[in-house]
Amino acid sequence: MKLKSRHLLGLKGMDRNEIEFIFDTALNFREVLERPIKKVPTLQGKTIVNLFFESSTRTRISFELAERRLSADVVNFSVSGSSVAKGETLKDTARNIEAMKIDMVVIRHSSPGAAMFLSRVLKSSIINAGDGTHEHPTQALLDMFTIKEKFGKIDGLKVCIVGDILHSRVALSNIFGLKTMGANVAVCGPRTLIPRDLEKLGVKVYYDINQAIRNSDVLNVLRIQLERQDRVFFPSIREYHLYFGITKERIEKNNREIIIMHPGPINRDVEISADVADGSQSLILQQVLNGVAVRMAVLYLLGTQN
Amino acid sequence: MKLLLKNTNIINPAQNLNTVADIFIVNGIIQKIGKQIECESDVDVYDLKGKIIAPGFMDMHVHLREPGYEHKETIETGLEAAAQGGFTAVCCMPNTNPPIDEASVVKSILQKAKNVLNGIVDLYPVAAATRGREGKELSPMIELSEAGAIAFSDDGSTIYNAEILRRAFEYSSMLNKVIIQHPEDPELSRNGVINEGVMSTILGLPGIPSIAEEIIIERDTRILEYTNGYYHAAHISTKNSVEQIRNAKKKGLNVTCEVTPHHFTLTEEVLGDYDTNAKMKPPLRTQNDIETLIDGLSDGTIDVIATDHAPHSFDEKEVEFLAAPFGIVGLETAVGLALTYLVNKKFLTIEQLIEKFSVNPRKILNLPVIKIEEGEKANLTIIDINKNWTVDVQKFKSKSKNSPFHNFVLIGKAVGIINNCNVYFSE
Ligand SMILES: [Zn+2]
Repeated sequence: MKLKSRHLLGLKGMDRNEIEFIFDTALNFREVLERPIKKVPTLQGKTIVNLFFESSTRTRISFELAERRLSADVVNFSVSGSSVAKGETLKDTARNIEAMKIDMVVIRHSSPGAAMFLSRVLKSSIINAGDGTHEHPTQALLDMFTIKEKFGKIDGLKVCIVGDILHSRVALSNIFGLKTMGANVAVCGPRTLIPRDLEKLGVKVYYDINQAIRNSDVLNVLRIQLERQDRVFFPSIREYHLYFGITKERIEKNNREIIIMHPGPINRDVEISADVADGSQSLILQQVLNGVAVRMAVLYLLGTQN
Repeated sequence: MKLLLKNTNIINPAQNLNTVADIFIVNGIIQKIGKQIECESDVDVYDLKGKIIAPGFMDMHVHLREPGYEHKETIETGLEAAAQGGFTAVCCMPNTNPPIDEASVVKSILQKAKNVLNGIVDLYPVAAATRGREGKELSPMIELSEAGAIAFSDDGSTIYNAEILRRAFEYSSMLNKVIIQHPEDPELSRNGVINEGVMSTILGLPGIPSIAEEIIIERDTRILEYTNGYYHAAHISTKNSVEQIRNAKKKGLNVTCEVTPHHFTLTEEVLGDYDTNAKMKPPLRTQNDIETLIDGLSDGTIDVIATDHAPHSFDEKEVEFLAAPFGIVGLETAVGLALTYLVNKKFLTIEQLIEKFSVNPRKILNLPVIKIEEGEKANLTIIDINKNWTVDVQKFKSKSKNSPFHNFVLIGKAVGIINNCNVYFSE
């Protein structure tokens, strides 16, 4: 089997077999990560550029680790100290880097569609590591992989994404991926942070966190991005925590098993209280570990296609 | 210059005219209209059998970019594009650098236009309604008008301050000149780049809500009701805008409006691959909006089809979506799109189309309506409603190629114009 595209731009349009295929591959790499020597020669001789126009230490480190464990040559390019400051366009920057004979580009950029744009102007395989408020496909893949690992399936599970859906790339990728995999997807957050017409994507919307908790098997809690609340979306962090925060009391009031996930980095006691983040229902550290395996799988499948 | 146009279908709704005849033109004046006109050998004879002669088309919403942005378009390339698209007249918008807010700028633009294709395309500058298009103080409207300004607008920006708009209506009404509003509430449209709705949600792009346009139109018509004056809403794009204008017209207000070809042909769906050539303001909307816009054209609520021709260079559009400027070129596709999507689909008669492209814009701008009769100036657009052609942006006369219609197959085209003693054939 092969993936249909040379790129991973998003989970919209990716079919169930492809996602399962990535999971199966990731499972093999999970085993590799348990070995004393965590390195395989699969991408030896391939050069991968991590092109980060927004700082995201976590995602970059996860990708870089995955790349190195596949024995690829890795180049990191980040905004600070780059030519972007001098007014170079994204196209020029990317083409200049590609001229140095690279095979794959992992891009993080603030503009939705930036990864798709690169796939049009470059010859390399493009992996979207987050394009603005659009998609972050590897995050959603690792989230789903973690769910599947826990429950043995995704089909029929009730997954609720909680928080700032409007400004989240993680939410959209999860929505597309989870729907494809047969989950019942819901979101919960203040109405101002829910994008318009989201229900038309077949997503249930809750404005009451207790109701959301009662109706979920999994909560994927998003970081409340303080820096993005530039104006009018909600009154205060305090009010957010009081009415939408995932707290121990709220979880315990609910008499069934529920799993808590978070793409990180966590604002403790803002969107999630510390005891929940560190509690037994939390799969947060498992997500981090799976992130490397899933990214290895994606890099391997795209990097060995031709 | 002596011209004989043979066997042509002359249509002018302003005269209730629809006949097949020959037209004999001498030195730019229609000498004779009749059957089987004979002529001497020094006459250029064109057989226009199967083609339509209409009163010259006008595009009342064009960005020529000069002065200031000559890398996008110049008066020369813009007017060539107009001729190619079948227009004998265009209005150019004042968002140049410097803006058209002083008489000297109006005069220099008019001077330059005279030299393009021997002045075959009449240029009517729209001057800024406020100084610097900043929305704070009125522009010197009387002086601008005397220099040749045909109307006033801050297009590109909304005249947002309600008091300034009120005064602009009052002041310009002394000149019988219209205020052309770019209806967009900047606070509601904020950092939006496409229509707010399911598409903006799927693409993760900030949306521009339809109400950003509608509430400005609603407010403006209320102000107009109080002041009187003349109001023209540019590029309306939503269902509700059509309804607002329809209601205002029922009240008897001097309200008119225009729609662009892209707003009645394309929906937000074409943005699926983040095509920056489909990024414009107002944004492409939904099928439901298109249907209402077409109803509005058909029942006369929408008076004019205008392009909002907005050239941008290839490099400016070849960037990530958020960074790309708003706007697309339209002069060379407008008539073809309108014929294909409105006349061929029987939403509009050819007479109605000619009203939207020629009769109505002239009425709104207080210009004499063109007559096709003996003794009148020949100001004509030649249309081939059966011509099957494929849009090729590389063939555009416009300096810029930013069109979402590349490779569209259209049926019907403006194939030539006659004006100011000149003939231009686009084939
Ligand atoms: Zn405008």
